[in-house]
Amino acid sequence: MSSFKVFDIAGSGLSAQSVRLNTVASNLANADSVSGDPTTVYKSRHPVFQAIKAGIGAPKSDAAVRVNGIVENHAPPTARYEPGNPLANDEGYVFAPNVNVIEEMVDMISASRAYQNNVEVMNTSKEMMLATLKLGQT
Amino acid sequence: MPINLDSYIGVHAEALKLRSQRTEVLATNLANADTPGFRARDIDFKSALAVAGGSAPGAVKLTTTRPGHIDPAAAGGIDGNPLLQYRVPLAPALDGNTVDVQMEQAAFAENAVRYQATLTLLGSKLRSLLTAITGQ
Repeated sequence: MSSFKVFDIAGSGLSAQSVRLNTVASNLANADSVSGDPTTVYKSRHPVFQAIKAGIGAPKSDAAVRVNGIVENHAPPTARYEPGNPLANDEGYVFAPNVNVIEEMVDMISASRAYQNNVEVMNTSKEMMLATLKLGQT
Repeated sequence: MPINLDSYIGVHAEALKLRSQRTEVLATNLANADTPGFRARDIDFKSALAVAGGSAPGAVKLTTTRPGHIDPAAAGGIDGNPLLQYRVPLAPALDGNTVDVQMEQAAFAENAVRYQATLTLLGSKLRSLLTAITGQ
């Protein structure tokens, strides 16, 4: 039995949530990356989380989290009539990514809170362990 | 008179072990707060401690003598751990996730405080033993 598993579990949570924050940053940065072709325009992407065993020999009660993959949103891009844009197609349309900025901001807050949660778990476990080390000392 | 250290320390050592196991289970729930389909679990501390201390009320064990028999210990919990139970969800999400972050945070804080309490009790037991040894 190792109590250090809790650091692995919370650490996997930190890494998964930071991947989520990265995708949010990527989506927000590309919110206005227009293209003249609806097939090549940027599509908003989101990570898919999955529970996995915390490690080799870990008890089955513990499950870490990992990013199973990044999926692209297949909602159609929005067409804008901008004949002056150098990227516009023959009919004068440019295609804007299907990034919903409000959804991304909400996702960012959720990811940030989840990240903080995992940090707190780590801090509390660290304090518990340090107190255990001092057991029996006056 | 010989002293049995295990019986002197009593149930506190087992309690400490169970508390640290419960910390891991609750950390699992919090780490998987956004995992689709993840079902929150918890350890029923009272019955777990009763099993660990050997004072379970119905401590008559059923044996499995034939391949068709179901082992009650393995059937009661999750993944063969009879102490682990799925939490009854208050409001499950549409993606099948049943982690309620606020509930888990509260349980985690409660567990941490109780861990510290057990630690304090254990420490005072050891200190009084030390007082008896040194005679001061």
